Amino acid sequence: MVLVVLLATFTVFFMLPKWAGQDIAVLFAGKSSGAEQVEGIRTKLGLGDPLLAQFWDFVKGIPMGRDYANGTDVTHCPAPCFGYSFRTEEPVWNTLKDALPVTGALAAGACVLWLAAGVATGVLSALKRGSVWDRAAMVAALGGVSLPIFFTGMVAMGIFVHNLGLVHMADNLNTGDSIGVWFETLLLPWIVLALLNAAMYARLTRATMLEVLGEDYIRTARAKGLGERAVITRHALRSAMTPILTVFGLDLGVLLGGAVLTESTFNLPGLGLAAVQAISSKDLPVILGVTLVAALAIAVANLVVDLLYAVIDPRVRMG
Amino acid sequence: MTELSKSGAAVSEPVKASQAPSAFLEVRDLKVHFPTDDGLVKSVDGLSFTLEKGKTLGIVGESGSGKSVTSLGIMGLHTTGQYGKRKAQISGEIWLDGTELLSADPDYVRKLRGREMAMIFQDPLSALHPYYTIGQQIVEAYRVHHKVDKKVARRRAVEMLDRVGIPQPDKRIDSYPHEFSGGMRQRAMIAMSLVNNPELLIADEPTTALDVTVQAQILDLIRDLQQEFGSAVIIITHDLGVVAELSDDILVMYGGRCIERGPAEKVFYEPRHPYTWGLLGSMPRLDREQTERLIPVKGSPPSLINIPSGCAFNPRCPYADVPKDNVTRTVRPELTVVGSQHWAACHMTHEQRERIWTEEIAPKL
Repeated sequence: MVLVVLLATFTVFFMLPKWAGQDIAVLFAGKSSGAEQVEGIRTKLGLGDPLLAQFWDFVKGIPMGRDYANGTDVTHCPAPCFGYSFRTEEPVWNTLKDALPVTGALAAGACVLWLAAGVATGVLSALKRGSVWDRAAMVAALGGVSLPIFFTGMVAMGIFVHNLGLVHMADNLNTGDSIGVWFETLLLPWIVLALLNAAMYARLTRATMLEVLGEDYIRTARAKGLGERAVITRHALRSAMTPILTVFGLDLGVLLGGAVLTESTFNLPGLGLAAVQAISSKDLPVILGVTLVAALAIAVANLVVDLLYAVIDPRVRMG
Repeated sequence: MTELSKSGAAVSEPVKASQAPSAFLEVRDLKVHFPTDDGLVKSVDGLSFTLEKGKTLGIVGESGSGKSVTSLGIMGLHTTGQYGKRKAQISGEIWLDGTELLSADPDYVRKLRGREMAMIFQDPLSALHPYYTIGQQIVEAYRVHHKVDKKVARRRAVEMLDRVGIPQPDKRIDSYPHEFSGGMRQRAMIAMSLVNNPELLIADEPTTALDVTVQAQILDLIRDLQQEFGSAVIIITHDLGVVAELSDDILVMYGGRCIERGPAEKVFYEPRHPYTWGLLGSMPRLDREQTERLIPVKGSPPSLINIPSGCAFNPRCPYADVPKDNVTRTVRPELTVVGSQHWAACHMTHEQRERIWTEEIAPKL
């Protein structure tokens, strides 16, 4: 399943620009280049080859690495080879390699925060349905869902970074930087991103919990003489986790593919920002690389969710 | 003040004084009302009965007559954790083994649940948690009330599954509810409710969701277990045939009230309320030759928000005009003695009832 998704994504993104009639060699070389240079690039990138051959060379390059050759001018692209950026003339993999940890850290921290906050808020709201707490939480959640990240992000940065000076955000994040730098830089993005998602999860959890609490087996649990805490955590929350997990898998996958808005707003050098920069400079190999990684992330996240279903719900464990 | 029938169950007039009764279970003037946007739903409106250990009381009525609400009231499952759903207003007294439950500490009542009083629900598929094995659920029920480790509890669970007739209990204990058939699920449910030897067992339509072929087995099982454990049992059903088989006493509910009660054979063979006649007339009988069509009770159950004035049954009663002065539509009838240990709430005189029963009803049944 994962492989099929990857192949499909890859095919579409690989072929589209070629069908669209863009001359990729010209894109690479730049408008001011002479015809001779353009032809040299065309040969070196193998753009004159049949499409199928180009496709195969690219696919093979990912696990094997590949050589770009024009006569004696040979450039070796080590595995995993996603080609070279038009803009920086660096291997695309370098861009991906630097961007992945940033996006990964952003996604991991944010999703822990939003799951904890969202589920807890949702459960409390469901238990105290109709109370002041419930209404306040749901209004706040509606606000959280409605406010876009580039607004809340800007406001948060304005207050905490520029006005109060409480948080210092590094201009760039490198794998060599200390954990403290990473933490401080990612703190606001985590909170802002978590706020948006926690709001959604609070609403989802509340709705699911209310439904589950009306189930017959919850009444059975009470009829056994279980305390409310055991009824809620062991019986109700266990069932409510299934739909939450479904949405969570999708969200996490999308997020790992690059939190475009968050990364742009906070200027974090993750996959999302790389994608935005690549698109604005028509840097096709980078676009393709980022898209592939994103597709892989979503496909894997879905696979993990499917496997987790079987762990949670014994009825899925059939056959 | 409290009269006990020879069979020992289900007969006492409502008593106002709140002293502890001698009966094992005594419900006095129980009212369960639910405030809603449309008005006050009077699901149970003044119900009284008693029940002794080792005896079975059958509560019969249509959907919405207050049967299940009564049982949940006894279990104390209305007051706990309604989570903003319609909150029940409960009044009256429920005495279980000398303790009044409605005024007791909720935590005390919680500890009684599952240990002193247990319940079997209508649909075992939805009443069992789909994500836990049968064994886990029974073990949990046992360990709430017994401080034993899981192995001991598991042995107890296997023992109970064996007792309710589940083959290979030591293997089946690790099955999930969806891997059981309907009858097996209900057996497992019964095993779970009896795991703590409760003194009171409430079975709320225990056979309604089951195949007809399995129903009799489950009823036999309940009867056998009752004899073995000596519990008091309340069977709630809309099926008079079920309770006639199993019960010592029968209580017929209509519109949240008791309209007839007495020993099972009396209520079944000599009913004295037109609604009970209707129930019998609409029931297929195999013990007599059926010559005519079954006669349904006309109309539909009353709205519990606007219960008809006078006798709640009067809009559907074919004999509403038998008593004089339109009394059925203005005065609510109280339970009166109609025979030995036999009560009915009807305005007709003894002679009117006897005549209609012998001339019109009995020949058709």
